[in-house]
Amino acid sequence: MTEYLYYPGCSVKGAGQPYERSLLAVFRALGQGLTEIDDWNCCGATAYLSVDQDMALLLASRNLALAERAAGKDVVAPCSGCFLALTKAQETLKEYPEHRARVVEALGRAQLAYRGTARVRHPLEVLLRDVGAEEIQRRVKRPLKHLRVAPYYGCAILRPYQSVDDAHTPHVLEDLIRLTGATAVDFAHKSRCCGGMLTTGVQTVGLRLVEILLDAAKQVEADVIVTTCPLCQYNLEVYQDRLRKVTGNRYDIPILYFTQLLGLALGLSDAELGMDMLLRVPVLAAVKA
Amino acid sequence: MEIHRQVKYEEELDPGFASAVAAEPGGEGIWDCLQCGTCSAICPVSVYMDRTPREIVGLVRAGFREEVLAAVSPWICTSCYACTVECPAGIRITDIMYIVKRMAMKEGIRHRFVIPAIEEAFVEMVRRHGRLTEGRMGIKVAWKSGLRNAASMVPVAWKLLRKDRLKILRAERMRDPASLRAVLDGVGARPAKRPTPKGVPA
Repeated sequence: MTEYLYYPGCSVKGAGQPYERSLLAVFRALGQGLTEIDDWNCCGATAYLSVDQDMALLLASRNLALAERAAGKDVVAPCSGCFLALTKAQETLKEYPEHRARVVEALGRAQLAYRGTARVRHPLEVLLRDVGAEEIQRRVKRPLKHLRVAPYYGCAILRPYQSVDDAHTPHVLEDLIRLTGATAVDFAHKSRCCGGMLTTGVQTVGLRLVEILLDAAKQVEADVIVTTCPLCQYNLEVYQDRLRKVTGNRYDIPILYFTQLLGLALGLSDAELGMDMLLRVPVLAAVKA
Repeated sequence: MEIHRQVKYEEELDPGFASAVAAEPGGEGIWDCLQCGTCSAICPVSVYMDRTPREIVGLVRAGFREEVLAAVSPWICTSCYACTVECPAGIRITDIMYIVKRMAMKEGIRHRFVIPAIEEAFVEMVRRHGRLTEGRMGIKVAWKSGLRNAASMVPVAWKLLRKDRLKILRAERMRDPASLRAVLDGVGARPAKRPTPKGVPA
């Protein structure tokens, strides 16, 4: 059993609740420990970096400094946005000593030490590398046969830092889908942008990006789309009805977190995985049989 | 119809603009651009931009400060980093977009465009609570983005509320948000207050 630090981020406490539930349930089922970082703060997301870089670096690095107190434990950040914000701050501070000095000083005044030693990881990669394919396969109780899954990575876990997988030919998500017994369909747009914040800010643009992804999933006859990020999940799931109004095309495809898919295969209950919190609950007749 | 001069004279350019951008983290690569346009081709939103990423980089280099800071493009950029990964010259174009956004913010160049206002609302909320409450943020965004947009979000909000995924009454907050503010103020960072508008590009 490995112990990890857990950086939830704001999204999984809100609309991303099904992600947090299923993540905790899956890690528990696989015997991995997750301890939430005490009194963590917002990662800064993309908003802070557009306004003030020092503040963006401070927000992210305060969390990293808190994590460094529990030396030796990796930080698991399920939200892709948080994963990138924390990674980016760490890489920036490594590369630019002037910024690092300012951050170290400001954190120091609050009795926090920053060394840049915490390892920030995404749970998808943790599951495959640390727990391992063999162990996961061994624990699968309910193979999701006949389920066609579109693997959707989104942006932030693949670009620009490529610690999770290669940006051009990623395969970790497909690997995980196959372990659950499901079929990973060839999804060409698997790392194309979901629209991010544009779905709320500039709907014409945001909705179009969502439409492209949903159409692509339809075309390859996917039963569900699996995501690794709360914002991707939100955009793809929530705007299906609105898109129908705008385009006249019908969209009705469940959007799951990869942790929910895995949890189903591990035999966990719908309640444990927050399946009932999805707006479109997949009909897994094939699974139940 | 009024006729305006369409071409800038050289003395109207800002010769120090490119260096200012290059001095920021991620901006260094600006000198390496060959104007190949790979960034604009891979960008999922360039078709909606008033200036494509390639143009932005070219304009920065040529010193078109006013045009770049007034552009809507950087605010449409979703930070997907496709351009950064694809650029054959290794230029961090996403970072350049961030640099340009920060410069525009600092100079108080306001767009009628909603995104900068959203970013500011985000910053204010996090400063107060240490965390973001999406439900409350959603209300602010809806408010800022106009009545029609706000109305279109009601059915979505209702569905999420029923699934217990939208929190509005109870804010997501740190136990001790003051401890975060102490850190933020440590670099002399002030709360993001609205700067006085200079010019509002149409």
